[in-house]
Amino acid sequence: MTNPLEPNKKIDIEHLLEGLENYHPPRKGWTWRDVPAEGVNLGPFHFRDMSKPLKNSIGLPASKYFDNIDPQPKCVVTTEIASGRFEDDIRRMRMAAWHGADHIMVIRTTGQSHIDGLLEGTPEGTGGVPITRKQIRASRKACDQIEEEVGRPINFHSYVSGVAGPEVAVLFAEEGINGAHQDPQYNVLYRNVNMYRSFVDAAEAKSVMAGAGIFQIDGAHNANATAKAGWLVMPELMVQHGINSAFSVAAGMDKSLIGLSTVPPNSPPAPKLWYDLPYAVALRDFFSEYKMRAQQNTRYIEADIEEAVRTHTVDTLISMLTRADIQSTITPDEGRNVPWHYNNIRGLQTVKQTWAALDGINELLTLNHNGPLGDMVRDLKERAVAFLEEVVEIGGYFAAVEQGFFVDSAKYPERNGDGIAREGKGGVAAGSILLRDADYYAPVCSHFGHNQIPSGVKKACDPIQGCTLCDPEKIVYIDELDPEDSCDKRLEKTLPYRKGNLIKPEAEWAGDGTVLIQLFVPQNEEIAPVYAVEMAKRMGLVDPEVINTMIMHPAEGCFVEVKGKVAFDIDKTTLKIPAKEVVLPEQELRDAVKKLSVKVVAGTVGEDEHSVGMREILDIKHGGIEKYGVKYHYLGTSVPIGKLVDAAIETGAQAILISTIISHNDVHRAQMKKLAELCQEKGIRDQIVLIAGGTQVNRDMAKETGLDATFGRGTKGIQVVNAIVKVLKARGAV
Amino acid sequence: MTDERITRFEKRQEELKKMSDQQLKERFWTLCEQVVAPIVELAKTHTSPSIERAVLLRMGIDSLSSHGVVDRIQEAGLLAKGAGHVVLKLSQKSGKDVRTAATAILDDKAVLEGLF
Repeated sequence: MTNPLEPNKKIDIEHLLEGLENYHPPRKGWTWRDVPAEGVNLGPFHFRDMSKPLKNSIGLPASKYFDNIDPQPKCVVTTEIASGRFEDDIRRMRMAAWHGADHIMVIRTTGQSHIDGLLEGTPEGTGGVPITRKQIRASRKACDQIEEEVGRPINFHSYVSGVAGPEVAVLFAEEGINGAHQDPQYNVLYRNVNMYRSFVDAAEAKSVMAGAGIFQIDGAHNANATAKAGWLVMPELMVQHGINSAFSVAAGMDKSLIGLSTVPPNSPPAPKLWYDLPYAVALRDFFSEYKMRAQQNTRYIEADIEEAVRTHTVDTLISMLTRADIQSTITPDEGRNVPWHYNNIRGLQTVKQTWAALDGINELLTLNHNGPLGDMVRDLKERAVAFLEEVVEIGGYFAAVEQGFFVDSAKYPERNGDGIAREGKGGVAAGSILLRDADYYAPVCSHFGHNQIPSGVKKACDPIQGCTLCDPEKIVYIDELDPEDSCDKRLEKTLPYRKGNLIKPEAEWAGDGTVLIQLFVPQNEEIAPVYAVEMAKRMGLVDPEVINTMIMHPAEGCFVEVKGKVAFDIDKTTLKIPAKEVVLPEQELRDAVKKLSVKVVAGTVGEDEHSVGMREILDIKHGGIEKYGVKYHYLGTSVPIGKLVDAAIETGAQAILISTIISHNDVHRAQMKKLAELCQEKGIRDQIVLIAGGTQVNRDMAKETGLDATFGRGTKGIQVVNAIVKVLKARGAV
Repeated sequence: MTDERITRFEKRQEELKKMSDQQLKERFWTLCEQVVAPIVELAKTHTSPSIERAVLLRMGIDSLSSHGVVDRIQEAGLLAKGAGHVVLKLSQKSGKDVRTAATAILDDKAVLEGLF
């Protein structure tokens, strides 16, 4: 058995790969989130649209102001991962789960849908991962450990399409894949797989998926990602969803495991809501028995990360105003490159942040169906029904595809004539289906259609003493076909970065060295990107490439983002890591302060009028030392050192706190040293705790200046109290 | 042609406008079912190499072998019987397990002669 993950230790990929030949998934099928009907109380708040919180997670950056709460939306939240190397994706899966993903979709390598059969081993992929038994086992096994760590089941997902759909479905059912895309229309329209073959295969694939409780997502959203004017194809989208849903039910799928992949089709600067909201409402009305997998818009995603995030925020609002059982996230860098680790996290944060902000929105606001919204909803529905009537009238689905009914960029019934038309006799694997004989027999479970099971046989697979779906021990595991193109070879190369002492930055793969530099260049659009590349070269970056240029003004300049690779390693052991400050428990600090009735004198020293930093350290309002019971005597700004020392002696203070901000010619250092020296001269150094802070100060300065503790930016009152109490304890005062 | 289609749409819409929301929804689903019915029938009565390989996989035959076995069975003109059916029948005839039967087909498809 594999040991549980420890939050402070990296997941051990080599260990994970051990014993895969004997691995079987401990559970199968899809899992929804645990959503308490009465809502969820977190910190000082009551939430209405949330599921149970996680055991381990990382909240939004601002959560530190709210008792570190990390509310988790009631819907399943998806992240899409696929760098081409599953062994690196596993680490990203873990990071994503800590940020709230419980549906991890793995994109297939380019061209896998045209491969006539299953792939085996762990070859490297392009734009995705080659989906194989070994890759699935390793990833699913990682998910088992990660879900244990975060305290919530993770749904692992990939694609059942192409000319090997039934085989892929069997593989997924055997290996415990929890969700999959399956839509024969996708094969026909976008992969040019022969239409008859695609539907015949799909029925078998769906039957196998149904048997394993695999949640299905369709492919209709590709129409608005492909059509020129994505916001006009809405009646057709409803038709595509309808055809796949009805076909899936006929193939034996439960409606509760059929999800519609739906995307708000429009994007700002268009008046998005006037298109996306009526569409979302119409779709959910017609498909009330089906699940909604709300995707975010990719059709109009550009290289600008923030623009994508803003659009996705509005997409999430539409989900909340209508319904989303699964909220998918798109990495905001999809418009510029293959997703990077931290952009998966950004996508998840967009949903988490929007969902928390808008929690319970439907109790506060309702949609106005009596106005234009109702009319637009009704209009879309009528167009969708009319579309279907025309399909029936001209001879059915296959005839409609041949006549280019689908992915036409005009609003039905108008036609642009740019629809994707396919020939019934054409496409990949044309002519490859054949009529089953009367005595056709398949001695296995989850088989679809005509099956002449011999008389006297109760269960189809009894004559073979059970199929692999009944007896997993019968599954044949193939490890590697090409040992040179395998994860073992790749892991050998990245070992120093994963388990050794070498460090390189990373966007996708261990040791890839990729970094992003953001800069403003006060030059025009022609010059700025060229400059950025030259600058990156001189900084020593390899393969610099501009991935985003945004004009601030035609003449005044551009914001530019340039990526490149760091060519050197840094050995971890050569880094000087500051020792971590251990803060005593709050109660212990309060008790010590009370026992000694700690008093301090404080002031900003030198010719310095800044007082904000010091006030934050002192005042109860800002969580300063007062909160822990410390009494303070604040002498103000530009206080001479001598005055502070005298005041300390006079009031019997146990500590002097000085703040120093302006630092020309090392004034701050001089002031700090002077404080120590003066206390020495007056003979009170052993009885008094000396502390300095300021923006130019850091924790290492205490030693060289002769003080007891020094603090930089972002210091809190508790750290100062902690320092005082620690010194007093060391001196035996407590 | 286009004008004619638009006119027909307008007529359709006139009829659809008379329906309640519920009726419109029911009409949508009736039509969807009507559209997929012949395709479901096609799928029930037909098979494909991938379906047959997927049957062999479930019988515990590895992915590489199942590819070759389905090809041999197709060449022998027996795929419409079901690849699993063929392998099972050979296994029963030879008294060996299904994996051994699959290997035998790969080695020499002559073993398929006279099986049906």
